Amino acid sequence: MVIGASACESARLLLNSKSPLFPSGLANSSGLIGRYLMDTPSSGVVGYFPQLSKIPPHNHDGTGSVHAYAPWWKYDRKNEFLRGYHIEIYGGRTMPVVGMFHGVAEEFEGYGNSLKERCRERYGTYVHVEGRGEMIPNERSYCEIDPSVVDRWGIPVLRFHFAWSDNDLKMAEDMNQTFKAIIEAAGGTPVSEVGSAEHRFGHLYEGGVAHEVGTVRMGADPATSVLNGFCQAHDVKNLFVIDGACFATNPDKNPTATIMALSWRASDYLLDEAKKSNL
Amino acid sequence: MANTVSRRDVLKSLALSGASSSALRLIPLQRAVRVHEMLQRDKAAASAGGAYTPRFFTSHQYKTLQALCQAIIPPDDRSAGAIEAGVPEFIDLLTSENKDYQLQLGGGLMWLDATCADLYGKNYLDCTAAEQKQILDLLAYRENVRKNSGLSQGIRFFALLRDLTTDGFYTSEIGIKDLHYLGNTFVAEFPGCPPVPEG
Repeated sequence: MVIGASACESARLLLNSKSPLFPSGLANSSGLIGRYLMDTPSSGVVGYFPQLSKIPPHNHDGTGSVHAYAPWWKYDRKNEFLRGYHIEIYGGRTMPVVGMFHGVAEEFEGYGNSLKERCRERYGTYVHVEGRGEMIPNERSYCEIDPSVVDRWGIPVLRFHFAWSDNDLKMAEDMNQTFKAIIEAAGGTPVSEVGSAEHRFGHLYEGGVAHEVGTVRMGADPATSVLNGFCQAHDVKNLFVIDGACFATNPDKNPTATIMALSWRASDYLLDEAKKSNL
Repeated sequence: MANTVSRRDVLKSLALSGASSSALRLIPLQRAVRVHEMLQRDKAAASAGGAYTPRFFTSHQYKTLQALCQAIIPPDDRSAGAIEAGVPEFIDLLTSENKDYQLQLGGGLMWLDATCADLYGKNYLDCTAAEQKQILDLLAYRENVRKNSGLSQGIRFFALLRDLTTDGFYTSEIGIKDLHYLGNTFVAEFPGCPPVPEG
């Protein structure tokens, strides 16, 4: 049996699959299914660069969601937090979107020709500097079966608990300070909220990056993990979970490619084991 | 994929975006464009007269809405104004699916007429151009609340309407051209950005 329902949904399926053999859910002798849910710690600062308003109109769009990318560079020194983050930089004369001029309207207010001029002048002059960090799982972030709510098919749904750790907060603060410095050094002015945990360092929302992984984690020890290194359940040899649920930590880069690689690896292993009649 | 999304889903997602945090409220142009397209189809399907029938606003409220949108983004030598870009229809359509907007915009228009009645003895549309400018100058700036706390609801209403007007205008064909947005099209060669001019 191979499950790839996505993180959380795979956990939900297993937790709802109770039997006399598995009273707390299929393959859940460790009691860890649903535990160690993760997202991506993040922060972002928007910079205003008046110089950009002088660039003649041009086609700014490459492929979708294009951005400059800076991998983690402080891996060789002592930091205030563990692990690291990468930077994504984008902006300029991008495709107009709903909300694009709310900031201009809030800053300059007014109406009429002056407002219209401001929108034109400001269009293309904002650069976003965004950080995406690694999340180390913590005890306070998990999902479990909701005891009172079912979906439209009558199947119990999940309820969620989530908390950032001190490590996540320190990382977001570091991003925030760094991005402010980058924007200023490049001749711009930070125009978004910066600098405090109350303002979530710009973008530290639970589930805000929507890279949800974990909840059926892999590991060498059946007491502290659900799956082995090949996404195979410790408890049930012919059960594989091949989505983001198996992540033991959430690396800073978007999880999709890692999910595909792990799934590929699990498939090779599955085929090999099946040929040997081990499943 | 986009074609499987229902009309109601599109409107709901746009209306939701206004309520969420600033970091998350940017909504792709494609969805706003779909709202404009829906309106175009509605117009084409309308009777020979082709007049737009507001979904939410009364006829009087809608005329007031048109006047306010046009005041917020008027025509100039580069592009037409909010009415030509279909902004009042855009706002009416979104409002018809959003209870918060119904309260804030519907109530805001009533507030405006009541305030104009107090000040000038007539509703907004019957005011002279000078009177209209006078009231809009009061509503367009947050700091005016310090001089007159009775303006706070009107200022909030106007700020929302200004946001929605920029949304509707700059996601319309007229607005996109006004910005000289040149992307989202096939190019045989991608030369990238020209240099920043000196000085």
